[in-house]
Amino acid sequence: MALKLADYKTDVHNDWCPGCGDFGIVNALQMALAEMGIQRDKAAIFSGIGCSGKTSHFINTFGIHTLHGRVLTFAQGAKLANPNLTIVAVGGDGDGLGIGAGHFVAAGRRNIDMTYIIFDNGVYGLTKGQASPTLKLGEKTKSLPSPNTNYNVNPIGLAVASGFTFVARGYSYDVRHLKDLIVKAVNHKGLSFLDVLQPCPTYNDINTRDWYAGVDLAKESMERHSRIYKLEDTHFDPVVHIAEEAEVNEKLAQALIKSLEWGNKIPTGIFYQNEIISPYGDRITDKIPNYLENPPSSQNISQNGLSTTDVSKILDSLKV
Amino acid sequence: MGCIDFTWLIGGPQGSGVESGANVFSKVCAEQGYNVFGKREFYSNIKGEHSYFAVRVSDNKIHSNVNDVSLMASFDAETIFRHFDEVAPGGGIIYDSDLEKITTDDVRTLDEYFKERLHKLLESKNKPFTIPGVLEIAKEKGVHLYPVSFRGLLADLAEQTENPKLRGLVRMYNVLGVSLSLGLIKMSLDSLLQSIDSIFAKKPLIAEINKQAATFVYNYAAAKFTDFTYSLNGITKDPDTILAQGHFGTSVGKMVCGCRFQSYYPITPASDESVYLESHELLEVQNDRPGSTLVIQTEDEISAMGMMIGSALTGTRSSTSTSGPGFALMTEALGWAGINEVPVVITLYQRSGPSTGLPTRHGQDDLLFAVNAGHGDFPKIVYASGDIEESFYDTGQCFNYADIYQVPVIHMMDKFLSSSVITCKKFNPKKVIIDRGQLLDKVDGEYKRFAFTKDGISPRSKLGLDNGIFWNTGDESDEYGHISEDPDMRIKMMDKRMSRLDLILKNIPDDEQVVSFGVHDHTIISWGSTKGPITDAIDLLKKDGINIGFIQIKLIHPFPTDYVKFLLKDAKTIIDIEANHSGQLGKLFKQNVLRDIDYYILKYTGRGMTSTEIHDSLKKIIENKANKKEILSHGA
Repeated sequence: MALKLADYKTDVHNDWCPGCGDFGIVNALQMALAEMGIQRDKAAIFSGIGCSGKTSHFINTFGIHTLHGRVLTFAQGAKLANPNLTIVAVGGDGDGLGIGAGHFVAAGRRNIDMTYIIFDNGVYGLTKGQASPTLKLGEKTKSLPSPNTNYNVNPIGLAVASGFTFVARGYSYDVRHLKDLIVKAVNHKGLSFLDVLQPCPTYNDINTRDWYAGVDLAKESMERHSRIYKLEDTHFDPVVHIAEEAEVNEKLAQALIKSLEWGNKIPTGIFYQNEIISPYGDRITDKIPNYLENPPSSQNISQNGLSTTDVSKILDSLKV
Repeated sequence: MGCIDFTWLIGGPQGSGVESGANVFSKVCAEQGYNVFGKREFYSNIKGEHSYFAVRVSDNKIHSNVNDVSLMASFDAETIFRHFDEVAPGGGIIYDSDLEKITTDDVRTLDEYFKERLHKLLESKNKPFTIPGVLEIAKEKGVHLYPVSFRGLLADLAEQTENPKLRGLVRMYNVLGVSLSLGLIKMSLDSLLQSIDSIFAKKPLIAEINKQAATFVYNYAAAKFTDFTYSLNGITKDPDTILAQGHFGTSVGKMVCGCRFQSYYPITPASDESVYLESHELLEVQNDRPGSTLVIQTEDEISAMGMMIGSALTGTRSSTSTSGPGFALMTEALGWAGINEVPVVITLYQRSGPSTGLPTRHGQDDLLFAVNAGHGDFPKIVYASGDIEESFYDTGQCFNYADIYQVPVIHMMDKFLSSSVITCKKFNPKKVIIDRGQLLDKVDGEYKRFAFTKDGISPRSKLGLDNGIFWNTGDESDEYGHISEDPDMRIKMMDKRMSRLDLILKNIPDDEQVVSFGVHDHTIISWGSTKGPITDAIDLLKKDGINIGFIQIKLIHPFPTDYVKFLLKDAKTIIDIEANHSGQLGKLFKQNVLRDIDYYILKYTGRGMTSTEIHDSLKKIIENKANKKEILSHGA
């Protein structure tokens, strides 16, 4: 029986603030799962800590709400042990780029076939609005005692530099576009990263929904001035087409430059995609040839309660 | 029978082949039927600092080192300076006669603290601060000196074999030391040559050169030095004997019991296990396609822990292996595994703390840390193995406990075990029972991961199982695994999880909880690797007509209070023996058994206990001459 959008929703009470950008992301994720028709019991949503951490409870697939900053570690372990699962990890920007930044970089280097979505709002919402790693230097959101003293991290740039092979940005109030990006990210062979701009209506009074919509700009010119635009509407080609260093370097550099665009024009869409680099699972098959057919989670280890692993060669080699 | 008790010590700078020399020696002795116990000591350093290996050989069962060295093979000056005093009267020292002009100041790796102590000793005996100075002390004590010019030997060999490359081949000094030693004690030359063949199996040319050198040097020693006290001609070999390195118990144990995922971050002394698992990652499986152990080196221990838990959620038996500093980083996620009832096994190879401590040295410093690891109340099991052979079977049990009780299990090992080499009975995989507890392979109807049940254990689904959808969260949750802050739910869930501790004590058989070696008026309580030296010390005391009891506590948490009380009801004096400063098991014992410890025998130099020093302290206790805390310090 084909699954409907409603099948991917749980009846867990959602306690996010009214108007929270997170709603758009959960909706887009549920829509993407429905569109791809992924069996509910073959998908797992892993989440970190904070408002975004609750996401896994609202989606009717396996849902693993982990620890602050550690979501990628749990998610990668599950995918490695059972490569047949569709795995999406989610978390806030503080979670993934502050406390979890080391795991972010290491995950990029591995390129395991799964998806990571960062809910990027510039603040730590659940602890009442402290500055998060993506808040710009000198900005003062409403609950900060003084302007932010740290330079911001560039999530797209960091992902590209770390080895993520699919790097994109979405906007939580463009749910349909976000859904399309999630579908592409999940279908990508390798580790995909989605930076989702997600206004926090309670604590971030700078990067608000109106600000992204360019309401302040419109006042000056009386025209519609949404700051958000789509890369696919331009001549930007994010894909690495041939396995040549010059091509790869050009696409990486172009993604990095594009990621620095901010202010009155904010690009969304795919910044970089490289399917020539092998996913981690393929690298494992170089040393464990039947890894994908017989991964750790599928292996029979016993018969009638006794071990079936034959270590007699090892034990014989230890004999004196 | 029962007359050979021979300790051989080889030392040299790190990177000079001390360990491979000791492996050859151990293998030859084991092949000649002897029981072997060897242990390596080394600095946190790659090349140059002093390392040594003491191999004890006996025709009796042995489980530890003793203080007295019977024969020392040295090829550098530092080994002589550091160990000459350990060689017992009647023993021997093989040394490089080209070193006779060396003074203590010439050896840059001799630290000032050691030099000060050595100089005091030399001054008191009116000896110069030189190699001849220390050797004279040994000689006066009755130690045989066997000077050999290593350079000269190689030159002679080069000439004899018409292979000038051998001249000055310093890399071969370890083989020379081993061969001279074996010639001296008349051990089989054939066995030595076979060992060299097996070690250099992939490099036949190098094997050939080494064999030539070994034969030449062996014959040289056998002909020239005929006055040595010890002669080891071999005894009947038990065909079921293996020579096991420290981590073999847990690594082969993990393969056999079906651990198929191990994540780790490099740390001494735990990483050898992971590297071994990875180098043997392809597994043969009876009547099935090949299996494999997926070993992942992570970016840190936090990730190792997270990945292990993620893997365990798919129903895969999963593990990590670490030491104190790494385990410290893992504790937050340990609590997550606790509240989500995820079966995982953390193999904790302890070393000396606190902080980086003595990073390559031994310690049992982390017992209370393991028991209390993680914030909040959650059930876990802390289980300690006493020797390498035991650790093979215990590894399987730790995974069973984890699966049956759906708790994280911390398997306590240590550096003493990891850097030992022993002869023991071949591990028997047929004795390894695999019990996955209530792990489901299908789900019908509505599923609740944390369903309330009579015994507090809920049937466990796994990621990817048809109809087996569940949620996990580090928050308190309801039966589905969704967040709940309801006070009634909180009581039920806490009670459900914590009731596991009573169930564990009730269901794990007594002899898996505590092993009794007999209880007498004086009875020792201890845990982990002290088992070997303790049992050897008890045997020694028996020869003096003194009986001492010993209970080895294996299940540390939950603490087997009732059974320990029962075992010790007739013991009058309790002696706690541990390799830490504060007597951590003693604290647990007092807290649970509500009884005082009468004596402590403690060691925290980072060096393992010898049976000699335990024997001596026990004797003082029996004779009422002991301090409440006996502090041991043997070992360079």
